[in-house]
Amino acid sequence: MTAKPKIAFYWCASCGGCEEAVVDLAEQVLDVVAAVDIVFWPCAMDFKRHDVEAMADGSIAATFVNGAVRTTEQEEMAHLLRRKSRVLVAFGACSQLGGIPGLANLSDTASVLATAYRTSPSTVNPDGVLPQRHTVDGGHALGLPGLYETVRTLDQVTDVDYYLPGCAPTPKLIAAAVQALLTGALPAKGSVLAPDIALCDECARKASKPDALALAAFKRPSEVVLNEEECLLAQGVLCMGPATRGGCEAACVQGNMPCTGCSGPTSRVRDQGAKALSGFASLVASNDAAEIERITGAIADPVGTLYRYALPASLLRRRRVAVS
Amino acid sequence: MPTPEHGDANAVRIGVYICHCGTNIAGTVDVHAVAEHAGTLPGVVVAREYKYMCSDPGQELIKADIREHRLDRIVVASCSPHLHEKTFRGAVADGGVNPFHFQMVNIREHVSWVHPDKRAGTEKADALVRAAVSRVRHHKPLETRRVPVRSDVLVVGGGIAGIHAALTLADAGKHVTLVEREPTIGGHMAMFDKTFPTLDCAACILTPKMTAVKAHPNITLWAYAEVQAVSGYVGNFTVTVKRKPRYVRDDVCVGCQECIDACVYKVGKEPDAFNLGMSKRKPIYLPFPQAVPQVVTIDPESCIEFKSGKCKKTCVEACADRHAIDFTQQERIETIEVGTILLTTGFKVFDAKRLPSYGYGTYPNVYTALEVERLLNASGPTAGEMVLRDGRTPRTVGIIHCIGSRDEHTNKHCSRVCCMYALKLAHLVQERTGAEVYDFYIDMRTPGKGFEEFYNRVAEEGVHFIRGKVADVYPTAEQDGRLILQAEDTLLGNVRRIPVDMVILAVGLEAQADAEDVRRTFNITCGTGGWFTERHPKLAPVATFTDGVWIAGACQGPKDIPDTVAQAGAAAGEALALINAGHIELEPNTAYIVAADCSGCKTCVPMCPYKAIGFDAEQGKAAINEVLCKGCGTCVSVCPSGSARQNLFEDDEIYAEIGGVLAHA
Repeated sequence: MTAKPKIAFYWCASCGGCEEAVVDLAEQVLDVVAAVDIVFWPCAMDFKRHDVEAMADGSIAATFVNGAVRTTEQEEMAHLLRRKSRVLVAFGACSQLGGIPGLANLSDTASVLATAYRTSPSTVNPDGVLPQRHTVDGGHALGLPGLYETVRTLDQVTDVDYYLPGCAPTPKLIAAAVQALLTGALPAKGSVLAPDIALCDECARKASKPDALALAAFKRPSEVVLNEEECLLAQGVLCMGPATRGGCEAACVQGNMPCTGCSGPTSRVRDQGAKALSGFASLVASNDAAEIERITGAIADPVGTLYRYALPASLLRRRRVAVS
Repeated sequence: MPTPEHGDANAVRIGVYICHCGTNIAGTVDVHAVAEHAGTLPGVVVAREYKYMCSDPGQELIKADIREHRLDRIVVASCSPHLHEKTFRGAVADGGVNPFHFQMVNIREHVSWVHPDKRAGTEKADALVRAAVSRVRHHKPLETRRVPVRSDVLVVGGGIAGIHAALTLADAGKHVTLVEREPTIGGHMAMFDKTFPTLDCAACILTPKMTAVKAHPNITLWAYAEVQAVSGYVGNFTVTVKRKPRYVRDDVCVGCQECIDACVYKVGKEPDAFNLGMSKRKPIYLPFPQAVPQVVTIDPESCIEFKSGKCKKTCVEACADRHAIDFTQQERIETIEVGTILLTTGFKVFDAKRLPSYGYGTYPNVYTALEVERLLNASGPTAGEMVLRDGRTPRTVGIIHCIGSRDEHTNKHCSRVCCMYALKLAHLVQERTGAEVYDFYIDMRTPGKGFEEFYNRVAEEGVHFIRGKVADVYPTAEQDGRLILQAEDTLLGNVRRIPVDMVILAVGLEAQADAEDVRRTFNITCGTGGWFTERHPKLAPVATFTDGVWIAGACQGPKDIPDTVAQAGAAAGEALALINAGHIELEPNTAYIVAADCSGCKTCVPMCPYKAIGFDAEQGKAAINEVLCKGCGTCVSVCPSGSARQNLFEDDEIYAEIGGVLAHA
């Protein structure tokens, strides 16, 4: 037995990018490994669920869960890990806000499955087979986790102590969080482990934004050759920076692409998309209803733009679907 | 015991008071049940109902409960906060609790007066009380701000209302800037011949007041000028005024009019607006002989010098050493600082061409009432001779009431003055021409001092009154210029067709065409017809919802001269009361930006309608000037990072309120 604190990682509905982010700590990861004992990390190490079940409740110092919760198995694991852990950290945008998988809340499960397994251009499924919860193959009964109608954030399923924002969280934020955990220098429960100020504050282009910006057209990054120094909003591109928590050092803007909002809102905002919408609407350079319609009509996929990462965490959480 | 003044939201002690407002509320809301429900809500220590919460014993109830039950939050469910929020805040403060630890619920205008169903109304009152109770626990202690009031006043519109208000204020020693967009003050009253029912000569009673304005040491008169923009707030407005070029120096011109005589145009060619186009004026003109200021104006549209640059400029020669004429004059933008503003912008006359069946604009012998005023007036186009366009004196005249009034297709309102001025014109036309006068009315409305008596007098003088709405006006078969007025006489029950030489249309009053722009400029409200909205129809008829801005006269709705003058005096008096108080208390419901939270994205900066937000480039943060902030909340709603906040409208207060409404009892 070692006296090193036990740490666990788990993934729910996510892309694997958050796992990569841990590896992205590069040589710092060695410091982490030296300081802690990783007791569960399905992506990298061979532990099973029963190993976790066998642990004493509260025996894990901290568990980092990435990904949104959309299956019965994910929910079960969330509850299990909560029980076993003294600190539960929602790691990354999907776990904190619902993330990209959360956009499924614009649709219902049947349509999601139909698209994924039948109608998408790359699908070859002549019999139109859909995943089944239970099936028997060669005499063996097999099961799959159930899929919920609504994708949830981790804290909509279980009690969460801290949040590490980002898609994925930057190595700097991760290292700072681990450091805080190891030294016990943690902020109040429920805190997001990142600065509580919007991205513009740390954006190198901040000074180039005019005092009174008014836009006659919104453009997508692909439609315009972007100046590398000027505020992207000033260039007509919807940059979510003003409505998004900083801490990433404006990584996307440094790459000459607009912020897409992955770090979620500041602690003072309850609905990132609604706030972004108010802010963007105020930029429209017209008071004429038809002209406003024309300008805002050019925003492709407004929900996917304004709520790209935070639909399940929004006030409405999902689009209403007819209950059959 | 928690320290409530420091906002321990969980340990508040709330008192809730449900007002009966006599039967106003209690008739439609089960006030007892609402009080009982309030008593079950978390934090509520006392919940009572009382007949009149606004009464002294009602307020005393709050104060006594604060003492006895150590209350630190108060909710009163009664009428609109517009009426009694101040009263109750005062009672709460007297009781020793911060007056902003109070929330008012409107269960009268929002519930009892709009819902006939007692059960549903009671449920709604319950929900609104729940909302207030759950919100009030989050209230922070706030303080009102005192700011000084400038004593200078702006009066906009130089008709009789503006003239009277300006003189009242100036006589009280306050400096007034009177802005009028036409070249002269006087407004519509200057165009009238006589006034009803006393038949005073309009000019004789008006022009002395006009000259008094010009002569008054406390009045700056800017005619031919328009207010462009207003910023600031009650007590401290900054107003920019555009002064249009007359091309004549008003500090030098004495109104001798020798330039007009000397103009290369021997006769006028331009329609004279003051005479409604029934006469012509020269490019250099005075609107009418008693115009104030007595300064001529050059119309650049028709002046040869402006059109070709090749005029002999005989006007300049005539002006000689005075050098009053200045073709290079430019528009001037002036900025003034005032504490209070009176809007007396008047009305416009209904355009009779909008009702083609009456033939105005088609048949030359159809006139509007205002045109007839000019025809009857000694300084009018016919020098007071009542003749038709072809020079004949009419022997029969028909007057039609309610043109553009009381009509589904034009204006639903009664224009209030038309019956009386129609009677006046009937009398004057008969007196001057001896013509037979037929007066077609729908209802004769004479509810004023001496009005009914005047109607009886005119009837005795032999004017024929026909109760019926004229359906059609058409030429006689003889094509002799006469017109037939066809109407159903509802007293006789038959159709009358009366041929007349002249038709007078008693056109109604409408709001000014640009009332909406003026409303925006001064940040007040308009009703559907464009009439400016008073703060309260009974108790604040000349105040507006914008503190420091008053309205008087026909800009608020059709009214006659005495009512207009009375309102102008009232508005001036209310402005004086504020000026003499010397300061105002400003609501603390202002927005503020938490500097540590602000990312400097500047989204809020251009959104502020009051220009209260500045950007500190050095700090990279926005900041609100609290004195300029009116608490509209625009910045709060647009701030994408939730860093702009507002007193009394904090997010936790609003969400708690919503939660309270939606919580099931």
